[in-house]
Amino acid sequence: MTIESLQSYNQILVLFIFVLAIFVGFEVISKVPSMLHTPLMSGTNAIHGIILFGGILVLADADTTLVRTLGFVAVVFGSANVFGGFMVTDRMLQMFKKKKK
Amino acid sequence: MSSTIALILIGVSVLFILGIKFLSSPKTARAGNLVAAAGMLVGLLVLAKPEGGNIWAQGWTFNYTLIVIGTVIGLVIGALGAYSVKMTSMPQMVALFNGLGGGAAALVASLEFLKGAQPQQVAGMDLPVLHDVGAAITIPMLFATLIGSLSFSGSIIAYLKLEGKFEKPHTFPGQNILNGLILLVIIGLCGWLTFHATGHNAIVAFIVMFSLALFFGIAMVMPIGGADMPVVISLLNSFTGLAVAADGFAINNNAMIVAGTLVGSSGTLLTLLMCKAMNRPVTNVLFGAFGSSGGAGAAAAGVVGTVKPIQADEVALLLAYAQRVVVVPGYGMAVAQAQHSVRELTEELGKRGVEVQFAIHPVAGRMPGHMNVLLAEANVPYDQLIEMEQINPSMDRVDVCLVIGANDVVNPAAREEKTSPIYGMPIIDADRCKTCIVMKRSMAAGFAGIENHLFYKDNTRMLFGDAKASLNALVAAVKAS
Repeated sequence: MTIESLQSYNQILVLFIFVLAIFVGFEVISKVPSMLHTPLMSGTNAIHGIILFGGILVLADADTTLVRTLGFVAVVFGSANVFGGFMVTDRMLQMFKKKKK
Repeated sequence: MSSTIALILIGVSVLFILGIKFLSSPKTARAGNLVAAAGMLVGLLVLAKPEGGNIWAQGWTFNYTLIVIGTVIGLVIGALGAYSVKMTSMPQMVALFNGLGGGAAALVASLEFLKGAQPQQVAGMDLPVLHDVGAAITIPMLFATLIGSLSFSGSIIAYLKLEGKFEKPHTFPGQNILNGLILLVIIGLCGWLTFHATGHNAIVAFIVMFSLALFFGIAMVMPIGGADMPVVISLLNSFTGLAVAADGFAINNNAMIVAGTLVGSSGTLLTLLMCKAMNRPVTNVLFGAFGSSGGAGAAAAGVVGTVKPIQADEVALLLAYAQRVVVVPGYGMAVAQAQHSVRELTEELGKRGVEVQFAIHPVAGRMPGHMNVLLAEANVPYDQLIEMEQINPSMDRVDVCLVIGANDVVNPAAREEKTSPIYGMPIIDADRCKTCIVMKRSMAAGFAGIENHLFYKDNTRMLFGDAKASLNALVAAVKAS
C-alpha cells in the first residue's frame, strides 16, 4: 500500500472506533438509576479531562511564546478538569455506603 | 505509535468503559470512578507523540518543565475545588470543571490548527499564513474549536446562573432567529475554512469563528432559566466529550477518541433521560425560554382555596402518631443545610415505629440525583430513598407527607392545569396523601416562577420558617411527645 492509502485506511479505522464507541456509550448507561445521575455526570466529566493529554502534546512541541502560553493554559485547564473531576466524584460516591443498623 | 502502546491503549479504553459501567450501580460506583482514574494514569504514562515515541522518553526541555508546573497547578486548583465545595454547590463545580475541559479542548484544537502558520510577506507585511493540511485533519480541529469554546463560555454562564447571578431567563424578541444567524455564520466560516485553510485570511476567519463560538455559548445559555441548568450542564458535558474526541482525531490519540466519544454519547443519553423526567423535549428546554411568557400570572388564576399555616408542635404530633411518613426533599432543604436535621427527625420517628421514606423526584434540586447525594452525605441509608414512579402509586396510603423546600416537583398544576408551563411534567403526588405539610420560608414562587396549587389544597398545611430551624423544633417536639 502507498503512504496515502495507508493514511486513509487508518482514518477509516479511527472512524470505525468512533462509531462503535458511540453505541457503547449509550449501552453502558442505559440502566442508570436516577440517584446516580449526578455522580455519573461528574464521573464522565472527569473522563473528558483526558484533554490534558492533548494539552501536554501541544505544549511539548511548542516553539513560540504564544503557543507556549496558550498550551500552558490548556494543560492547567485539562489538569484541573481531570484531577478535580475524579476527586469530586469520589467525594460524592464515598457517601453512598449502606448503613448498618 | 508503536504497537505496544497501541495495545496498552486498548486496555485503557476498556478501563474507561468498565468505569462508566460500574458507575451505574450504587454498589460498584466508587470502584468505577477509581477504575476510570487508573485508566487515565496508564494513558498518561504511555502518552505518545502523533508521529510515535513515548513523550516522556524524549529529551527534557523547558516545555516539559512547563508541562509539570501546569499539571501541578491544575491539580491544586482541582483538589481545592473538589474538597472545599459544599455538597449543595456540586452542580456548579461540575459546570466549572466541564468549562475548563471545553476551554482546553478548544485551545488544543486551535493550536494544532495554527501550528503550521509561518510569517510570510503578504501585501508588503509580515503576516502569519497557513498551509493546507487536508480536510480530514481540518474538520475535526474546527469542530473541536467550535464545540469546545461554546462549551467553555456556556458552562461559565451555567455556573453563574446556579450561583444566583441572572438566573432568570434573559430573552428579547427574535432571539432564536439571531442565535440561528450567528450559528449559520459560524458554520459558514467552518465550511469555508475546510476547503480554504491556507493563507492569512484563513487565520482571520478562524479567529472570528472562535470569538463567535464563544459568544454563541453565552447567547445559547442566557435565555434558559436557572431551573433547567442541570439539562444544560449535561448537554455541555457531552459537547466537551465530543470536542475531546475530535481533538483525538486531529492528534491521532485513540484513547482520547474513545474517552471523548463515550462521554459524548452517554452524556447525550443522560440529557435525554433528564428531559424525559421533566416531560419536555430537549428543544423546548433549549429554545423555549421557560417561564418567561407570563406563565406565573396565567397559572395563578387557577388557584382556589386559602393557605392554612400550622405550628411545629402540631406537626410533631401528626408525625409521631402516623404510620407512614414520606419526605419530599427539594433545593430548599439544600439551601437551609437541613439534611442532617431531616435525618435526625426520621431516625427519631423510626424509633417510634413510624415507617419513613424519602420520595425523590428525578430533577429535585439543581441536578438529577442531587437529593440522593445530599441525603447520603447526611447518612440516610439509600434504601430509604424511593424514586418517584415507585412511590406515587401508594401516596394515598401515606399519613403525612413532609415537603421540605420542594416546590415545582410537587405542583399538581402539572396534572390539572393545561395552561401551566409545567403541564405534563411528572410530579410526586404529595397532594394525594392524608395530610401534606409544606415547609417553606415564604409564599414566594418556585424556581420555575409558577404559583403552586398544592399550597391551597384542603389537606395542606404550611409550616413557615427556615427549614433547619423548623426541623430542629420538630425533632425536639417529637422527642418530648
